[in-house]
Amino acid sequence: MNFEKVIFAFFIVLALTLNFGFFLGDIDNPAHHNVYELFAAIVVSLIATVLKAGDKTHLGAVLLATSLVADLQLIVVAIVWGVAMHVTQTGLNSDVMSAIVSLSGGALLANITSVVLLVSETLMVRR
Amino acid sequence: MPNIIFILLRRIRIPLIILISVYAISILGFVLIPGQDDNGNSWRMDFFHAFYFVSYMGTTIGFGEIPYAFTDAQRMWALFTIYGTVIAWLYGIGSLLSLLQEPAFRKLMTESSFRRDLKRINEPFYLVCGYGDTGSLLVTALSDAGIRSVVIDMDQDRINTLALEDNLFVIPGLCADASVPGNLLKAGLKHKNCIAVIALTNSDNCNLKVAITAKLLKSHVLTIARAETHEAEANIESFGTELVINPFDTFAGRLALALQSPSKYLLFEWMTSVPNEKLPEPAFTPKGTWILCGFGRFGKAVYNKLLDANLKVIVIEADPEFTNAPQGTIVGVGTEAKTLLEADVLQAAGIVAATDDDANNLSILMTARQLNDDLFIVARQNLKENDEIFHASKSDLIMKRGSIIANKIFAIVTSPLLAEFFTLASKKNNEWANEIVSRISGIVAESSPGRWVLEIKSYEAPAVSLAIANGIQVPLSVFLCDPRNRADRLECLPLMLKRGRETILLPDEHEILLKGDQLLFCGQIRVKSHMDWIARNHNVFNYVLTGKERSSNLLSRLLVKD
Repeated sequence: MNFEKVIFAFFIVLALTLNFGFFLGDIDNPAHHNVYELFAAIVVSLIATVLKAGDKTHLGAVLLATSLVADLQLIVVAIVWGVAMHVTQTGLNSDVMSAIVSLSGGALLANITSVVLLVSETLMVRR
Repeated sequence: MPNIIFILLRRIRIPLIILISVYAISILGFVLIPGQDDNGNSWRMDFFHAFYFVSYMGTTIGFGEIPYAFTDAQRMWALFTIYGTVIAWLYGIGSLLSLLQEPAFRKLMTESSFRRDLKRINEPFYLVCGYGDTGSLLVTALSDAGIRSVVIDMDQDRINTLALEDNLFVIPGLCADASVPGNLLKAGLKHKNCIAVIALTNSDNCNLKVAITAKLLKSHVLTIARAETHEAEANIESFGTELVINPFDTFAGRLALALQSPSKYLLFEWMTSVPNEKLPEPAFTPKGTWILCGFGRFGKAVYNKLLDANLKVIVIEADPEFTNAPQGTIVGVGTEAKTLLEADVLQAAGIVAATDDDANNLSILMTARQLNDDLFIVARQNLKENDEIFHASKSDLIMKRGSIIANKIFAIVTSPLLAEFFTLASKKNNEWANEIVSRISGIVAESSPGRWVLEIKSYEAPAVSLAIANGIQVPLSVFLCDPRNRADRLECLPLMLKRGRETILLPDEHEILLKGDQLLFCGQIRVKSHMDWIARNHNVFNYVLTGKERSSNLLSRLLVKD
């Protein structure tokens, strides 16, 4: 067992699960989407990106790209949230909430791709 | 070749993760710890404010407790996070800086900037291996003529010199061993614009390897190599290298030419001069006994050439046994009057200082001149850095090894017909050379004459090609007229006409041109642009041919029928 591989897979899968947890629930109901979960998802996603960077293989490049997409989407989610709460002060009405959740849904897709790639690579190794 | 950013990211992965974690923990702490607003109500900081606060605290510690004054619990947490974030930043920046200063990483950065420079070259370039005296002269000459080159040399100091040189272009320099094929590839051998590989390192073996690599990996590339021994010369020539130059032979051959036919020597010197070089004066060498100091590789080549010219030669050599010097060699360096007197310097016609040490050569010629003021003095200059003192020595002929080779290569790569011209010219007699030299000196000023080739092809000379295709007889004299006023003549001289396999030296002005002809001209280099104007512009061409100025717009074509 390679400890580095454990850390690597841990962060990638954790990024997906946190993302999924945030995404789950009614699309326009703020009570179903926890801000702490979003925060954790962003932090874990950033760490996963750093872990993926520097792999020269083709697969590594695709993994990095999916992670960058997830980062981008989640950061936009955070910005939308911050703007709605503090800049325009509209609060989390159903429009804003559905925008936030659908953006995080996009990040979720990217994270799923990432995990699928990780799993398929692991299956190819067979040892 | 690894991407530099990925390597950078991989090396600072841990600092980055630490930074992200410290930020995350700090932000989370501020969000979780309860505070109080103005009115004393319990209040929780949200993520937006927490991120804002941690960001400016970590980078500047420019304090301000926003949006409300902190409680003691919050201040305590801030105290922890100040140290946490500052240490994380210091660690991150420190590892980044130490990585940037690591020699291996710096090498990677220079190589990557070399590749960037190389990628940007979008015109033909020459790959020059070895940036010594010869290499640097050649690169400067090429750059002055508007031709790009790429340099590869093992010595970092030389590459640094190249970077500081005030050249017209950025000349990418790679510090690597040219004899390793991978390095040649890195230096752009397979680049679509690489048209020639010139191997000028001081090792025959390395030059051989470069030439083989070039021929195997890119067979149509022009390859020029330098070889110091005859075996290496034959070896490099055997697999189709276009030009192999033996510095000693070339050098001695030039000297012999100067002795036998000063005007031919002058013609060769002029034709191989590099841009902005001052033209050498003709030197007339006396017949009689010659003294040759130094019997090394160069000395031997000179000795043979002098004997070929039926001159009596007395050799002075410090180690006659080792160098296999001929009978009657006087033992000594030649720097002392005693040795020179022994060699009968008082009766000699000339002396060649041919040792491989510049100081000795200068000492020989100074001593010799003191003894016999009428001596014709030929000095061999080994290093370019001694230019000033050799110039001050007022020798009759200075043979600079580096510049002879560099000039020859420059001339041949810039005008390919020149090699053929030299072969034909060397068979001609002295009178012919005298005449051509006086004609050239009539058209050029003090600076070196330019050479260029004009090809009668539809791409390069559309106006002329079209006229010939229409059956109009175009004499050579068309190109000798000034396009601004056809009564004036352009200051140039047609040296050679090549038509298929046939070559005509000094073609006649009335020679009728045919499609596919190649013309070699020499003269003021600015004349070339006038000539190109004639060759390309239909109106200008018509004017010089007929004297009639034709306007080519539609209306005048309808009005004036010619």
